[in-house]
Amino acid sequence: MKDSGGKYETVIGLEVHLQLATETKVFCGCRTVFGVEPNTQVCPVCLGLPGVLPVLNEKVFEYAIKVALVLGCDIQKTVKFDRKNYYYPDLPKNYQISQYDMPLAYNGKVKIPDGPEKMKSIGITRIHIEEDAGKLLHDPERPYSYVDLNRTGTPLLEIVSEPDIRSPEDASRYLVTLKRIVKYLEVSDCNMEEGSLRCDANISLRKQGVSALGSKVEIKNMNSFKAVRDALAFEQRRQADVLGRGEAVAHETRLWDEKKNITVSMRSKEEAQDYRYFSEPDLVPFEVQGALVEKVRKDIPELPEAKECRFQSQYGLGDKDAENMTISRETGDFFEKVAEESGDAQAACNWIKGPLMMHANEHGTDIAGMERDNSGLSVGIAKIIKMAQKGILSGLAAKETLKIYLDTGKDPAMIVDEKKLGQISDETSILEVVRKVIAANEKSVADYRNGKTNALSFLVGQVMKETSGKANPKIAGEMLRKEIEK
Amino acid sequence: MPPRKKEISSRSPGSSEIPRMEDILSSIDSFRQWLKERSEPAEVSARFLAERAAALDKDIKAFMRSDVAAVMARSKKAAKAVQNGRLNGVPIGVKNNICIKGALTTCGSRILEKFRPPYDATVIEKLENEGALLIDGANMDEFAFGSSCETSYFGLTRNPWDLSRTPGGSSGGSAAAVAAGEVVAAIGSDTGGSIRQPAAMCGVVGFKPTYGRVSRYGLIAFASSLDQIGPITRNITDCAILLEVMSGYDRRDSTSVNQPVPCFSKNLSRKIKGVKIGIPAEYFSVGMDEKVRKRIEEAIEVFRKLGAEIVDISLPHTKYAVSCYYIIAPAEASSNLARFDGVHYGYRDPDAEGLIEMYTATRSKGFGAEAKRRILLGTYSLSSGYYDAYYLKAQKVRTRIAGDFKDAFGVCDCVLTPTTPTTAFKIGEKTDDPLQMYLSDIFTIPANLAGLPAVTVPCGIGENDLPVGLQLMAAPFNEEILIRMAHAFERDTEYDKLLPPVSGKGKEADEGLRR
Amino acid sequence: MKNTGKKKTITEDIVRHAAKLSRLHIDESEIAKFREQLARILEYITQLNEVETKDTFPTTHVLSSMKNVFRKDEPAESLSVEEVMSNAPEKKGNLFKVPRIIGNP
Repeated sequence: MKDSGGKYETVIGLEVHLQLATETKVFCGCRTVFGVEPNTQVCPVCLGLPGVLPVLNEKVFEYAIKVALVLGCDIQKTVKFDRKNYYYPDLPKNYQISQYDMPLAYNGKVKIPDGPEKMKSIGITRIHIEEDAGKLLHDPERPYSYVDLNRTGTPLLEIVSEPDIRSPEDASRYLVTLKRIVKYLEVSDCNMEEGSLRCDANISLRKQGVSALGSKVEIKNMNSFKAVRDALAFEQRRQADVLGRGEAVAHETRLWDEKKNITVSMRSKEEAQDYRYFSEPDLVPFEVQGALVEKVRKDIPELPEAKECRFQSQYGLGDKDAENMTISRETGDFFEKVAEESGDAQAACNWIKGPLMMHANEHGTDIAGMERDNSGLSVGIAKIIKMAQKGILSGLAAKETLKIYLDTGKDPAMIVDEKKLGQISDETSILEVVRKVIAANEKSVADYRNGKTNALSFLVGQVMKETSGKANPKIAGEMLRKEIEK
Repeated sequence: MPPRKKEISSRSPGSSEIPRMEDILSSIDSFRQWLKERSEPAEVSARFLAERAAALDKDIKAFMRSDVAAVMARSKKAAKAVQNGRLNGVPIGVKNNICIKGALTTCGSRILEKFRPPYDATVIEKLENEGALLIDGANMDEFAFGSSCETSYFGLTRNPWDLSRTPGGSSGGSAAAVAAGEVVAAIGSDTGGSIRQPAAMCGVVGFKPTYGRVSRYGLIAFASSLDQIGPITRNITDCAILLEVMSGYDRRDSTSVNQPVPCFSKNLSRKIKGVKIGIPAEYFSVGMDEKVRKRIEEAIEVFRKLGAEIVDISLPHTKYAVSCYYIIAPAEASSNLARFDGVHYGYRDPDAEGLIEMYTATRSKGFGAEAKRRILLGTYSLSSGYYDAYYLKAQKVRTRIAGDFKDAFGVCDCVLTPTTPTTAFKIGEKTDDPLQMYLSDIFTIPANLAGLPAVTVPCGIGENDLPVGLQLMAAPFNEEILIRMAHAFERDTEYDKLLPPVSGKGKEADEGLRR
Repeated sequence: MKNTGKKKTITEDIVRHAAKLSRLHIDESEIAKFREQLARILEYITQLNEVETKDTFPTTHVLSSMKNVFRKDEPAESLSVEEVMSNAPEKKGNLFKVPRIIGNP
């Protein structure tokens, strides 16, 4: 990937925070529902009242181990928590329970696409568990801020990558890959708009061939994958300009401004934060037992990469199709159901990636949502495919049936009956029309006999016209041929 | 005034003679017996407090304010809820750093002056489940930082034995209230000796359980790895009852231990013959009052007479305990106290502009000097560049101190030491020199560092006619041996019967109640 | 954690820095007194250096038997919003109200 000017190599590291989709918070039993009324999901523990104590949610621990295993990490044998001390109104205890020197996992990697047919590895430095802070809202007119603590104590997984990413596009690919894997595990919603996936980036430039890292800039406030790509692209250009002028890039934090499409320096703090980390005395150490790791490992579903390969070999899908069908775990599961039911994997794929996904987009939902509304969806789709296979429906009629089925959920056989969408496939009726058409189109028949194969298509078209599109074109074509060649 | 020793009374409750307050208050059981004989137990109990205790408290000020209406309300609730609780109607003082839902829980600090927690501490639930009548507001050093009860924002508490002296601290209010008979028993917290030292200085029994034995949920934290809640009582039997009620696994406290609670109050009179008592040389080579030393030596002889075996032991890292503690405790405290910032609860400076100024003004006005000192010390020892030299080093020395005890318990069953090097000191005597104040905790701190159970029992009178305390420590979760030893000692010496003089106002109230 | 391992005498600047980190304001008239008190305490504490601790593990939790304490991922009752706000020094509706950080964008 060419970077700005070609003179410099871009070095990017990403810090991703995932909100884990457990029912309750990491250290207390409050629910974690998004978007409820302010301060209605708060208890003494997450409010940070004097005298309260944290107790670790075992599901958080399991989910974290799951992610660590899937990202190929080494898992710490004894895990402990630390206090990260700083003052902020959305952090009621004025310390965050996090992990400092003994994180849950380290030394992993993620493979991202590196051009057609190639993959490259991005290292994962560490993964650790911590608690989320609340929400701070700023009054636009008066000098006040307002605090909602519903989000305080939500479990977060921090995933820090090695500075192995070399372009804004790769950064985007890394995030897409990470999101797909994590969504397969069903441990996080990974939704940047809702804040269940957050990303900060570190970016620096260095001359090609140099191994030392350049001055690093931290970028925050990117609220979508596109914003990450755009912010890094902008920053890449900005830093190249600065270096090109012979100046040094300031080591600082910058915020992405989505409206102006630029990064802006945060007013530099007087000094770097001193978090005064020390072991959290209110939480005991946690030994990661082999039995637990095995239990978690067994629970890991087939992952996207493996599923893609299997779809290619088992169902004969091509590269792109396999990728499409594994875009989410629900899509993959749905595809397999339809493929098995209908016996035609390629048809299943075409229908899903085409009309079904289009319907989903139009209605602001997805395959999973559609299945929730209609639990027999896969069976219904498979039925339509089979009717098309058997010649009961023409291609057009099948599309029509599908549309009505998706809108109403009515049984496809009933739809075909009611709307008389059925294809005429019985040879007697078709033979009658064929003879009629042959009789009425002597010239085309003669043309065909003289080697003009197009003429047959024309004649098939005439049969279709006669039958208002209901004749089975294949059978019509065969019968025409037979009759003409008699 | 010299202390009075109670005449052994041959009266039993229910006899035609009117019992004296000292008898009624001498134990949980006597008090409950007296209540049973009244027609309206709950009302009587509450009136008893409102009048007698308030009268006594005018001089002693063990409680920060007397809220008569609240006391009456709680007593009705306690009586109604539980008919057969072990503590029905028994007035128990609560140190003001243990959260009682809806009650002012101030930690002796301006920064929590108006704070009412919306939840109960686990020990409060347990005590109320047994019908206890809880009297909140027992005075304390601000945030438990202190050994004299002189740093409370709400004023100091006086020692019932000598009103010109401190009761010790930080659970000074709890200890004074029990000694003066304002309550039958009390609970406090102990981080470096804050139950044992005031109990010794007020001539009563104080117990710090093994770390993890009693839930810390609802105890406003000072130093999380050292704090424990414990009872302060007239005698060891009451202590055992309260320990039994308060102990036990709490799933809201990750550091509470999932171990069954023994029946501490049973089999108290088992013989102690053959029990090995370790006497650590290092505790006796330190400066202490001559009379304190004498009382301890006499106590050792009592144990010898009762059949215990005295073993000389060494706890070589004892001299580092105070230093070790004064790094670890303030460090944890500095983090635990960060939450007091005026944002979600507590005092807020009303005039500050801007967030940072609000934080700073709130905390500077809300905290007293000792609290600030400890926060500064703690912040410093955790800060970048100093962590290894101070905090990490202290944690390693802590391992060695705990190791000393582990070795010792290989050759003895419990360790005997004085509780404090002196008897109660005068108000104002040590307030100018923080280090001097810290050094008075020299005998009690090691038990917190090592997580051990420890008890103080009165062992006679020392300098200036003031009580002396004897400390016993045991291996983790071996509270039983301490209770047994203390009981044997108490039965033999009857030092639990030594009482401070009752003030004039108290006498008047007593007269009024004896009808 | 970064450190130099050195112990330095505490200076007034160090006291001011610790005060800043802990959001405390110490009057200039009092800085000298605090510095002196802290210096005496820290001076006493240097005796810890006498203990050889090269191969000693730090005590992070005093009773090593305690490990792996979890709770199940089951919802428990939260406080009512009134209880949450009951001690709030200042609020707007059901939100805690604080002054803005001066100079923040």
